[in-house]
Amino acid sequence: MDIAFIDNVLFATVRTATPLLLVALGAMMSERAGVLNLGQEGMVLVGAALAFIAAYVTGSMGWGVLAGAFAGMLVSVLFAFIALSLMANQVATGLALTIFGTGLSAFIGADYVGQSITGLSPIAIPLLSNIPLVGKALFAQDLLVYLSFGLFAGLWWIMRSTRLGLIIRAVGENPQAAHALGYPVIKIRYLAVLFGGAMAGLAGAYLSLSYTPMWSEGIAAGRGWIALALVVFASWRTQRVLLGAWLFGFASILHLLLQGYGYDISPNLLGMLPYLVTIIVLVIMMRRKQGIGDAPRSLGRPFSPSR
Amino acid sequence: MRLELLGLSKRYPGCVANDAVSLKVEPGEIHAILGENGAGKSTLMKMIYGVVKPDDGQMMWNNKEVEIKGPAHARQLGMGMVFQHFSLFETLTVTENIALYLEPSEVSSMAALRQHIEAVAQEYGLAINPDRKVGSLSVGEQQRVEIIRCLIQDIKLLILDEPTAVLTPAEADHLIQVLKQLASKGCSILFISHKLHEVNALCDRATVLRAGKVTGSCVPRETSPADMARLMLGDELTLTETFTGGKTADLLLQLKQIEVAPNDLFAIHLRDINLNLHRGEIVGLAGVAGNGQDELVDLLNGEIAANAGQMTLSGQSITPLSVQQRRRLGMAVVPADRIGRGAVGTMNLTENNLLTASITHGTKGGLINWQAVSQRTKQIIQRYKVKTTGEHEQADSLSGGNLQKFILGREIEQAPQVLICFHPTWGVDVGAANLIHQQLIALRDQGAAILVLSEDLDELYLLADRLGALCAGQLSPVIAKDEVSLEQLGQWMAGQFDSKETSHAH
Repeated sequence: MDIAFIDNVLFATVRTATPLLLVALGAMMSERAGVLNLGQEGMVLVGAALAFIAAYVTGSMGWGVLAGAFAGMLVSVLFAFIALSLMANQVATGLALTIFGTGLSAFIGADYVGQSITGLSPIAIPLLSNIPLVGKALFAQDLLVYLSFGLFAGLWWIMRSTRLGLIIRAVGENPQAAHALGYPVIKIRYLAVLFGGAMAGLAGAYLSLSYTPMWSEGIAAGRGWIALALVVFASWRTQRVLLGAWLFGFASILHLLLQGYGYDISPNLLGMLPYLVTIIVLVIMMRRKQGIGDAPRSLGRPFSPSR
Repeated sequence: MRLELLGLSKRYPGCVANDAVSLKVEPGEIHAILGENGAGKSTLMKMIYGVVKPDDGQMMWNNKEVEIKGPAHARQLGMGMVFQHFSLFETLTVTENIALYLEPSEVSSMAALRQHIEAVAQEYGLAINPDRKVGSLSVGEQQRVEIIRCLIQDIKLLILDEPTAVLTPAEADHLIQVLKQLASKGCSILFISHKLHEVNALCDRATVLRAGKVTGSCVPRETSPADMARLMLGDELTLTETFTGGKTADLLLQLKQIEVAPNDLFAIHLRDINLNLHRGEIVGLAGVAGNGQDELVDLLNGEIAANAGQMTLSGQSITPLSVQQRRRLGMAVVPADRIGRGAVGTMNLTENNLLTASITHGTKGGLINWQAVSQRTKQIIQRYKVKTTGEHEQADSLSGGNLQKFILGREIEQAPQVLICFHPTWGVDVGAANLIHQQLIALRDQGAAILVLSEDLDELYLLADRLGALCAGQLSPVIAKDEVSLEQLGQWMAGQFDSKETSHAH
């Protein structure tokens, strides 16, 4: 096994992990505020479709990325209105959103199936990208990957060191008490959901503009769901979301690796790896004494200020 | 004068929570608000703290009239309140919780706040680790967090709503020390309680509320607990009805030297409980809440097991029997909490009827005869004058009194031999209370044995043939009602059992 090979494996791991990281960070924020949005997959798909169309029509990657994030956010407004203002069941609303997003993206993307664009090109950062092992994986990626690193750092800082992060956690933990202290619970939850939508849209843009620069129906391939599991196993902590995303990214490319080495294992079995990892990690975590002690206490529960 | 209330009133549809309440609190004074459950203590405190707006009356703060716009305004004026049910964020640390309570301008940095918390904690001997998550703290420690949260600002008045209800005795003693220290620095304290000995130990003055009105004011150190109890409970009987005594027949339920060790910090240790229940009699047990009533009812119902002692029904041991087995033998229990224990709120009346009635009727071979159950439910509604739209109405949409009539009816219709009734008329209007009383007497006259646990002494004197009291998990003598003066009962409630003959029930 030579160094170049390991370089490539790490590079591919980070690339595969990026959409998971983006979705999971967004989902984590909305769950921290107490809103469980199972519509991630749908938002990723709509984001991916619109990002591709915008980039194809304008010929500009920048417009593509913006359109993706904006589309994801727009879809999440629908969720926020139904789940937060009308106080519908969040699980049902989220599932409906995924189904809606799947159908909508297939519909608007139908004319673009088979079209191709030149994807985002990697930008190697001088010197840093020459660091052995991690250089290529971390510093020879495209702009969206760097953006995901920046978002990760920003969210980590917000959740760890700012009053805003504290308020978001308070709202997800005990909205009644937060309301009593004068914090605008519904507004904060709206913003958290919209942020989650934008992140999911961004993940979609990464898929259709960089990871596989094309549009095909169901391009998200369950990544919205994996990201949701990722948030649980990261126990709603930012750093663990990053580690988890990398772990999943690695598990996802493992079958390519093993095939490369000539192991004769069914690719279908290996394709199950990320999901198996999810289950195993969850089992291990739940066996620990405090369980998933960090789960926001009011996760998924509607809040009505009048009660 | 730190705080003065002049004729404060608050009316809710169908009840007057506070009727022209006036009181005065001096700087550095510890002032108790005494009263039974439902006397209007909590409403009064919420009006002072701005959670609830008064309908009438004035409030003076430092000799100036104020109208409190809300809790934030009250905090600005220098008030703090520790609620009965804490308003803390469990997954956040102590420091984070306190930071959320303060204005952003008051938190220069988390590190500075953390130091401030430690300084306050040390000053008042409120040991707390600012970095612990609130969810991992005991209830007593959580209360400390709430108190520190108030003390971290320059506080002039601290309101505590039954603060010792959730504390172990040792923690309660410690809290009293902290409050005394706080008062000595000039902070006024309003202390809501119904525990007479605490009020005696701590408070400079007490204002007594009964049914929303001030019934008296006293200096606890110079007033006997019996006198305070009389102010709280009233010395004239308000229920005008009278019933003739029952005809006591053979022994039905017997408790012999029962002991129940507490299974958590807040449970009461039941010790040496001896009690006999005969056919055709009602035994009434008085006692201030939290003196073992819950444990005794759970024990009789079969939810918790005795560590020692024997329980027999008609001579047959029922000590090891489950709830269902006891019910099959003719025991029935009407618990204190109607929704959650007595009935399932989201199920309709027919279904709720079936929950306990299925033991005696309504099912055959595991199949439900809905028609029969529905018929019986209609009967209960009619006979016990339950105000409802019908047998398909959901239990939690009934008023408390109506649901209580229904639950009681459900149990009585099964013709139990022994009925345990916990707070049979709590929160029930007078008309419904009369009906419930009549039904209990009728069941007794049919030969059932009934145990009534209540904080309402009027009710106990009205219903019971024999009376006793629970205090700190021990049972006073249980003797004929005519031989128990109100004063005697007050002493029993305070744990002084030996002033009369100590022989237990005959």
